[in-house]
Amino acid sequence: MGGSALLVRDLSAGYGPVRALRHVSLEVPEGTVVTVLGGNGAGKSTLLRAVCRTLSFHGGAVTGGTVTLGGRPLDRLPPDRVVAAGVSQVPEGRRVFSRMTVADNLRAGALGGAGGRVGRARALRRVHELFPVLADRAGQRAGLLSGGEQQMLAVGRALMGAPEVLLLDEPSLGLAPLMAARIADTVREINEQGTSVLLVEQNAALALRLASRAYVLEVGEVTLSGPADELAASDEVRRRYLGVVDEDAASDGAATPDGLPSLSRWKG
Amino acid sequence: MSTFAELLLNGLSLGSVYALVALGFVVIFRATEVVNFAHASLLLAGGYVTATLHDDIGFWPALLAGIAGAALVGAAVEFLVMRRYRGSDQSVLAIVTIGVDILLTTELTRRIGTDVLTPGDPWGDAVLTVGPVSIAHTRIAAFVTASLLITVFLLAFRFTSWGVAMRAAAESPETAALMGVRLGRVSLGAWAVAGGLAAVAALFLTVFPTPGLERATSLAALKAFPAAILGGLDSTTGALVGGLLVGVTESLATGYQSDLTFLGRGLGDLAPYVVMVAILLIRPAGLFGTKELARV
Repeated sequence: MGGSALLVRDLSAGYGPVRALRHVSLEVPEGTVVTVLGGNGAGKSTLLRAVCRTLSFHGGAVTGGTVTLGGRPLDRLPPDRVVAAGVSQVPEGRRVFSRMTVADNLRAGALGGAGGRVGRARALRRVHELFPVLADRAGQRAGLLSGGEQQMLAVGRALMGAPEVLLLDEPSLGLAPLMAARIADTVREINEQGTSVLLVEQNAALALRLASRAYVLEVGEVTLSGPADELAASDEVRRRYLGVVDEDAASDGAATPDGLPSLSRWKG
Repeated sequence: MSTFAELLLNGLSLGSVYALVALGFVVIFRATEVVNFAHASLLLAGGYVTATLHDDIGFWPALLAGIAGAALVGAAVEFLVMRRYRGSDQSVLAIVTIGVDILLTTELTRRIGTDVLTPGDPWGDAVLTVGPVSIAHTRIAAFVTASLLITVFLLAFRFTSWGVAMRAAAESPETAALMGVRLGRVSLGAWAVAGGLAAVAALFLTVFPTPGLERATSLAALKAFPAAILGGLDSTTGALVGGLLVGVTESLATGYQSDLTFLGRGLGDLAPYVVMVAILLIRPAGLFGTKELARV
């Protein structure tokens, strides 16, 4: 405890002429949950791709800065070595291998890990304890699972590599609130078992409850950072990400002539 | 009736050999999304190695050398050529394979010249006769070997880590990379396996009753194209069914040619393509292919 698991320093990345990340620095201390908030296009997914070295699949590249895991540099490694070093990602939109069975998806998750046969068996036990439904559906095609179950599979698949740091890209996206809460509980449980978590979310309320520290990313730059509870209390974050309408905005609404906002006819 | 049975058995045997070649196509396509037009030259390379070595080192070692040789050529093509273009559009890569095919075929035809090389197989021209039906030993050997290889391949594809990595990479290269799959290794393996399968197919395309390995042998390999395509380019099951369908069609069309003279001669060579077009008209993705789905 206390050391930093994942350390991102001054990271810049872009897609051709488009600069998607500018001098981003953040730290995931060992054993903690850290969240990165931001709207669409803020650079959240780019950040995770830069860490996992998969930017090239999207025509992008890291243009500066460093990423280290427990002091070892991860930049310039191929993606499989990043996985072997102990960083697994649950990509946005789940991306389960839909034509493969649930069991084969989990096997695929273990391909990059360094645990060997014993490590794989232990990882599988852990995943089945976290998500018993994955054991029940082992022989079923992953494409036939519900959205929530697919998200569980995606998380379970990433855990099969027994990572030190788990990166989660919008795990609550497209899930019913109850299922999102369920996933959040699991993230907490995974963290309590000793895995550090970097959680990228648009659902700020959920993310700030889970995390001990938070960063706000806007147009490729970190604009706010601090302990999660402080950020949750800050007006800026409340207004922008927690959907809390402040007094001024509310009185603006009340100032319309008949009290009800009206839409003008569209003259397209 | 016995003619029909003979033609059917010969067709199945021939079809299983086409299936071996088509399986190679499918493996490369699934692992790299590239349609490999250089497949025929891989096959010719494997056949050539076997045919030139069997006098000196015996048939079985020569066959192994042929398999290893074709696997090496396949791996070399991937490593020296295809890898340089990774990230390019798949259609560009397909055209690159045409270039590779021209180079390899030119060199091999230069070496083979006008010769007809015998594969030196132990079956010779022996024929097994059961009642009214007679079938060449080579055809039986072809069917048994191909079935065995295909079974082993499918089991490996289904149950080994290699198979899981292969299928994961086929479904989504980026996600597979996130799981730690080494895409370069997967694609290298696919080319090598395809080469090895093609070398075995080369043997059975050059044994009795064909005269032997000649320049035109690579044309026979092209018949695996309609087999792979009508089965659906990304389906291993499709490659098998497609191969058998093409083999049987060709065999029957050739056998009953005399009854079909109003269609002209050489129908056997044409029939597989007719079947392919007919099937694609009804099922554009092939019999077992994945339909292109786009979410909007």
